[in-house]
Amino acid sequence: MSEHGLRASGLSKVFGGLTAVDNVSLELNVGAVHAVIGPNGAGKTTLINLLSGDLPPTAGSIHFNGHDIVGYSSDRRSRLGIGRTYQKINIFPSFTVLENCRLAAQSRKSHAVNVFRSVRSYPSLKQEAEQALAAVGLEHRARVIAGTLSHGEQRQLDIAMSLATRPRVLLLDEPLSGMGAEESTNMVTLLRKLAKDHAVLLVEHDMDAVFALAEALTVMVNGRVLASGKPDEIRGNPDVQRAYLGTAEVRRG
Amino acid sequence: MKVGRYILVLGALCVALVPLTGATFYVQLVSKIMILAIFAMSLDLLIGSAGLVSLGHAAFFGVAGYGIALLSPKYQAASFWWTLPVVLIICATLALIVGLLVVRTSGVYFIMVTLAFGQMLYYLFHDTKFGGGSDGIYLYVRPELSIAGWRPLNLEKPTHFFYFVFAIMLGVYFLLSRIRVSPFGHVLVGLKANEQRMRSLGFPPTPYKLGAFVLAATLTGLAGYLSACQFGFVNPELLSWHYSATVLMMLILGGVARLHGAVVGAFAYVLLQELLASQAIWGGIAKHWQLGMGVLIVLSVLLLPNGLTSLVDRLSWLHFKAN
Repeated sequence: MSEHGLRASGLSKVFGGLTAVDNVSLELNVGAVHAVIGPNGAGKTTLINLLSGDLPPTAGSIHFNGHDIVGYSSDRRSRLGIGRTYQKINIFPSFTVLENCRLAAQSRKSHAVNVFRSVRSYPSLKQEAEQALAAVGLEHRARVIAGTLSHGEQRQLDIAMSLATRPRVLLLDEPLSGMGAEESTNMVTLLRKLAKDHAVLLVEHDMDAVFALAEALTVMVNGRVLASGKPDEIRGNPDVQRAYLGTAEVRRG
Repeated sequence: MKVGRYILVLGALCVALVPLTGATFYVQLVSKIMILAIFAMSLDLLIGSAGLVSLGHAAFFGVAGYGIALLSPKYQAASFWWTLPVVLIICATLALIVGLLVVRTSGVYFIMVTLAFGQMLYYLFHDTKFGGGSDGIYLYVRPELSIAGWRPLNLEKPTHFFYFVFAIMLGVYFLLSRIRVSPFGHVLVGLKANEQRMRSLGFPPTPYKLGAFVLAATLTGLAGYLSACQFGFVNPELLSWHYSATVLMMLILGGVARLHGAVVGAFAYVLLQELLASQAIWGGIAKHWQLGMGVLIVLSVLLLPNGLTSLVDRLSWLHFKAN
């Protein structure tokens, strides 16, 4: 495990009688995309929620950067360097694009509690917000009200907000959903760029994107890990073909 | 937006000219309204910015009133310079303790917990002899504002008191408008809009909400202090949830989440109340003024859900369209 990696072992989450995540272990390393795939209801989003702290796990441990973070709240994990996006776009639609990122950048600054100065009077916040926007290619839209952006741009902004908090780990829940072909291509390029200096966990249904990006794959079915390994191993795994990749892969093979 | 600003400045000037009419009744009425405007503005910091609807806010208003009444010597003026800080510190401390418990809840639970807290304090003052019980206590002499023997204002004079309250209202307005555009203010708006996302960006909600709660309670305490000074009398009704709800109605009437909405709402509510309760106009029905007020509030919510101040936005928009 690299210095800034995240390692989860034996994670489980039980909701009443339903085991949504059942004994899942995985490792995320800076410089690589680890994709989690599986049919709807496989527990992928719940897994992200366990890693981000949005939900407490029933069992298991999560280590990040030398800390055992399993009991940490989501805001504390974020401050340690674990950023995330949600399946649903989660921006502040009435703020401008720049304001969205500036708000995110603010969470790393102690002057977030200063009540007497305008947010506009902090050049460092603006600079960090602009950097995050530039990283996703939205700098030309900085002054636009976020709610009026196109769907693809809102997804980009959502990621830019997470980037403005300077995370080491990015947990991305279906960043390509609802995107057109061109937007998807741009997003894949962006994710490849981000993977260079982040540890990325990618939950995604778009298999072309997953196999284009991922260095490691975990296949989940009914909360359990069905298979885990390099993309080629997963592609060749008969269990995976039956359970998830479906007849198309079998036919192609 | 520009149109709105002119109207605000014009409105402030009109208010400032009220004492020139020489009518003590109106000077006192407008002083009372301005104090309520301070109360409403501080409640808007909770409701409009942080999205926390409190029905226990009047408790801080009442506690501050009792504070100055109990701190003052019976037939002599207390000094403004030490009584005000003491009263505000009491309110802030109380808010910190209460806040630690209540800001962990949200939505309807927040409303219920603040309501319960307010009623608890209400009965504390109502059922114990400590503050005069249900009769309340008198504050015979208003605090004195002197700097090394020099008295720039004599608060016993209605006109002086009026300008004193006017200056404090403007001060609170500017303070709160600064806070709205500060990093802290933006975090509150973010928490109101989407707390989950704010957490995932690294903001712990509790300290920010607690900060807003304490700040709002302290400014409400300021209003309560001034109100006790004006009327020279405090009773448990000041702490009751009816009072919180009345100020909430002012806020809704004027427009939530816009600072001048609180001020406009306070003026509109009290002036409407004066109008509807006027026996000269309505005769015997005047004592049922709440009926008319209720109808007007319902109409205002249906027709102007963003409050009276949103009328100005509509005017600006028409102006924009005409150009």
